[in-house]
Amino acid sequence: MTTGENAGRVVAERNGQGTSPGAAGEGDAVIELSDVTFGYTAAPVIEDVDLAVEAGEYVAVVGPNGSGKSTLMKLMLGLLRPDEGEARLFGEPSHAFDDGERVGYVSQHASAAKEMPITVREVVKMGRFPHVGFGRLSSDDWAVVDEALATVGMSAFADRRITRLSGGQRQRAFIARSLAGEADLLVLDEPTVGVDAESVEAFYDLLESLNDDGITVLLIEHDLGAVVDHADRVVCLNREVYFDGPTDEFVGSDALARAFGAAAGVLGGDR
Amino acid sequence: MTFPTGAVRALAAAVADPPTASPAAILLQSGGSPLDPVLAPIYFLLELWSLLMAALGDATGLELLRYGFMHRAILVGLCIGVMAPLIGTFLVHRQLALIGDALAHTAFAGVAVGLFLNGVFSLGVSPYLTAVVVAVLAALLIEVISEVTDAYNDVSMAIVLSTGFALGTVLISLNAGGLAVGINQYLFGNLATVSAENAAILLVLFGIIVATVALTRNQLLYVTFDETAAEVSGIPVKWYNRVMVMLTALVVVGAMQIMGVILVAAMLVVPVAGATQVSRSFTGSLLTSVVLAELAVLLGIGFSYYGEATAGGVIVLVAVAIYVVAVAVGKVREARGDDAAPELGGIDADDGAA
Repeated sequence: MTTGENAGRVVAERNGQGTSPGAAGEGDAVIELSDVTFGYTAAPVIEDVDLAVEAGEYVAVVGPNGSGKSTLMKLMLGLLRPDEGEARLFGEPSHAFDDGERVGYVSQHASAAKEMPITVREVVKMGRFPHVGFGRLSSDDWAVVDEALATVGMSAFADRRITRLSGGQRQRAFIARSLAGEADLLVLDEPTVGVDAESVEAFYDLLESLNDDGITVLLIEHDLGAVVDHADRVVCLNREVYFDGPTDEFVGSDALARAFGAAAGVLGGDR
Repeated sequence: MTFPTGAVRALAAAVADPPTASPAAILLQSGGSPLDPVLAPIYFLLELWSLLMAALGDATGLELLRYGFMHRAILVGLCIGVMAPLIGTFLVHRQLALIGDALAHTAFAGVAVGLFLNGVFSLGVSPYLTAVVVAVLAALLIEVISEVTDAYNDVSMAIVLSTGFALGTVLISLNAGGLAVGINQYLFGNLATVSAENAAILLVLFGIIVATVALTRNQLLYVTFDETAAEVSGIPVKWYNRVMVMLTALVVVGAMQIMGVILVAAMLVVPVAGATQVSRSFTGSLLTSVVLAELAVLLGIGFSYYGEATAGGVIVLVAVAIYVVAVAVGKVREARGDDAAPELGGIDADDGAA
């Protein structure tokens, strides 16, 4: 049993119960933002954003630096609460959502910069914590952990101290952690920063195959090439949504130029 | 702060219960605290421990095992050696090493409140109990301030620290006279003043701390390592942070008896820093820090007894010496290249689709 299969099965089970079968209506939205406005100060970072991500979608959010991508993600996950409007996750208000085993999260900065002694396997193990609560990991849980390590090619590094690894290796460990969680929704905030080029390609293939298994993928990315190649749908953001639609249409549109401003203009001008 | 040996041994001989004393004798000796009925079962355990230590003393001929107060001091030391690094590990890796210091100083205010109440109302309550209450409240205050301002900051920690200490000194000076005599024992700790009641209080704190960490170890680890991911995974981070600072307050008060207000924070930090140098895994570092702390406590108590120096200071010096050795061991290991890179596998995309 592979990690992906497992997760796919979980999705299938979940969809089978609770919601009416086959109904892909409004109620099925995994993430739903309605008229969301948010600012850390008086000036809004996010303004009037309306967005819904349905189960099984592969959505990429792009935009220049400082465009509010990460803030948008935090609003979606309930780490921040909107000043106006409403954010919902799996049909519940995001800030009140606590069924953590349904959400996998890979952050932009590998947070292991501090000198904490902890092995790669111990990090990946955390992905199982929402499933085990106060209990111990069963042998099945450990099997999922080792499977996730194998999937990202880090089995040989399982007992390494994570702070002693390169940025790319570390990022793989965090990806493995989100895989071990067997979530229905994967949220990735620039997950391939610092990962070597070949691995990036393989990593996007992995995301695609997870998506094929029914896992909803939300990718926040500055690498427009990767987005165009892999995502089904693109949301182009700079405080407001400039474009939201299929990737093909995005490539032909002028949304990027407008969002990035005339000066930046072309693809990849966000650095 | 040091105990002149001759005087202390005379005092010990006079005060210390002989190993054969019955629990009832200990009850009498502890001065009839209102808590005695509640703590009675623990007094019984203490008595058993004392018998065990006395037997060990007879077997080994160690002089320091002859006194009842040393039996309790060793037990308290052993408990500190477990609980301080246990909590300290979670604090150090969140860059919260100084919170122990801040809480110790507010605990001192708690001690002063206890002495004050005892002086005014003759309650006969151990000042360590009021210290627990005040330190836990201060811990919650620090945590709530940090939640509101969105960061732990040095300044608020420094303010809480000095406020606590200032409050303590003022209360004590208001209440001056006989009370000032007992202050050194709280500031610097003392092996000879670990009463049965205070040892029993420590055992209760120890139980609470170890049980809480054992139950919530997964959550505490996740919150310590990656607060945002922990929040996303549905862990109420705010509550675990509050639990953590409250546990820190309990550890600090418990360890204060031997370590004293001023040095207690060292036990939260130094063994953990040493373990960090030589461990790879989190579990490993937790166990290593406990071993290092126990080593420091036992050697420290031994040295301070025979060297006639104050226990808290000696324990900390031993701990720092152990830390230095750990740093050296860590460097040597690194130089030997134990961490040669294994081969990195490819990301297996097919795995997901299989």
